[in-house]
Amino acid sequence: MTKSSKLKDAIADFLLGIGDMGAFISSIFKSFLRHGVNFQEFTRQCYRIGNQSLPLISITGFILGLVLTLQSGPTLAKFGAESMLPGMVSLSIIREIGPVIVALIVAGKVGSGIGAELASMRVTEQLDAMEVSGTNPISFVVTTRVLAVSFMLPLLVLYADAFSILGSFISASTQYNISLETFFHKAFDVIHYKDLFPTTIKTFFFGLSIGIIGSYQGYFAKRGTEGVGEAANSAVVKASISIFIIDLIVVNITQLLT
Amino acid sequence: MDQALTNNIVLKVSNLKKSFGDFHILAGADLDLKEKQNIVILGHSGTGKSVLFKCIVRLIEPDSGGINVLGQDILALEDEKLTELRIKIGYVFQGGALYDSMSVRSNLEFPLKYTKGAKRTQTELNELVEEALVNVGLIESIDKMPSELSGGMMKRIGLARTLIQKPNILLYDEPTTGLDPVTSGEISELILKIQEEYNTSSLIISHDLKCIEITANQVNVLKEGKFTATGTLDEMKHHEDPFVNSFFK
Repeated sequence: MTKSSKLKDAIADFLLGIGDMGAFISSIFKSFLRHGVNFQEFTRQCYRIGNQSLPLISITGFILGLVLTLQSGPTLAKFGAESMLPGMVSLSIIREIGPVIVALIVAGKVGSGIGAELASMRVTEQLDAMEVSGTNPISFVVTTRVLAVSFMLPLLVLYADAFSILGSFISASTQYNISLETFFHKAFDVIHYKDLFPTTIKTFFFGLSIGIIGSYQGYFAKRGTEGVGEAANSAVVKASISIFIIDLIVVNITQLLT
Repeated sequence: MDQALTNNIVLKVSNLKKSFGDFHILAGADLDLKEKQNIVILGHSGTGKSVLFKCIVRLIEPDSGGINVLGQDILALEDEKLTELRIKIGYVFQGGALYDSMSVRSNLEFPLKYTKGAKRTQTELNELVEEALVNVGLIESIDKMPSELSGGMMKRIGLARTLIQKPNILLYDEPTTGLDPVTSGEISELILKIQEEYNTSSLIISHDLKCIEITANQVNVLKEGKFTATGTLDEMKHHEDPFVNSFFK
């Protein structure tokens, strides 16, 4: 096989992949509009996603705020701008670092879980069994998971932001003797509603992409148990890339609008 | 439309073809399943037995040919009608295909709860689940998880979950594969008992001679994508084609 035919095949595979993904997304939306969502399964998935991620997100968020303050403090101190520390750290956590880090953690933990779970259901014929028994697996299995991640991720990000700001305060108060009142006064002085709104929208789309990519990789898994590992792995890689792409798009749109 | 039913044929497969790339798996398969009949399908691995089953329930779309189920052309049905007809075809998967995140009770309740239009009270659900489990002799496993069950038990529960929807036709994909001779015999007897109690017609993919002896009214041999021999078990045992004979040696 020549290099040019390999390239053609790779391009064809890529385009076919996009087409398949488009059809999958359309089937999720169709199923949602036609059958709605199974509320019991949706809440079960929300609980699983939140419950699975809370400890890791708490620790990561806390350390993130702590480290960011430790790293930024000395630079600001050189310019005598320690008072800007709470505002700067809080703003960067809320607008950018918090959402992206939490989304990457959720992609690794929840996205891979969805990919592996659905792939396992595929190879053990559970999805087929569901379909032949008259239940739509897209509606029951996929839509519920996709919506649950989309709904839970913004909440998890807000939760992680709170822990990050707490970490930042502890670091700032030990290093620069900043009081709780001063810290939060300075922090909330620079954080506005317009900072939170685009972030929440952004994290909803992060969640949507994690849910859709994880489900897609699992739903169309092949080659037995090997396919389960492959689905989990590609769910994380592709969801992580999609997070950065969505982030880039949203930041550009936000900057255009402000 | 109802020509098939007037001849007591509940499932008719005509000239069914399915290829995957250059591999012609089904190359014009024909089959008639009559009311209360059990047909065992024999064939080497990769000859398209499972593909045939999946085409019948439209988990796989065939390339050409016809499939008539209970008087309806299943290949022409849209989503809702297809779902209604699928419920009348019970598919018993090789490994049971139990939902491993649910208990046995939830597995059996699942098709009753989440199929469109199915609204039953919890008392009705409990009665139906218990009845199905009693029929497969596993009532004591009602609150167990699939991971706590043996291979034979999983197959029985899979059968119970299929039976709970009261299907007219049952498709068994290797129901006794991987089981010890005693359990295999029990499952085969169970298939026969189910057929008598529920008046079902069955297609059974099996290579297990004991299962074939117990369950088969008719044996169909699939070779190179077509049914090349059909008859009773005795006729097949003495068939002139060495390929057919090879299954009984």
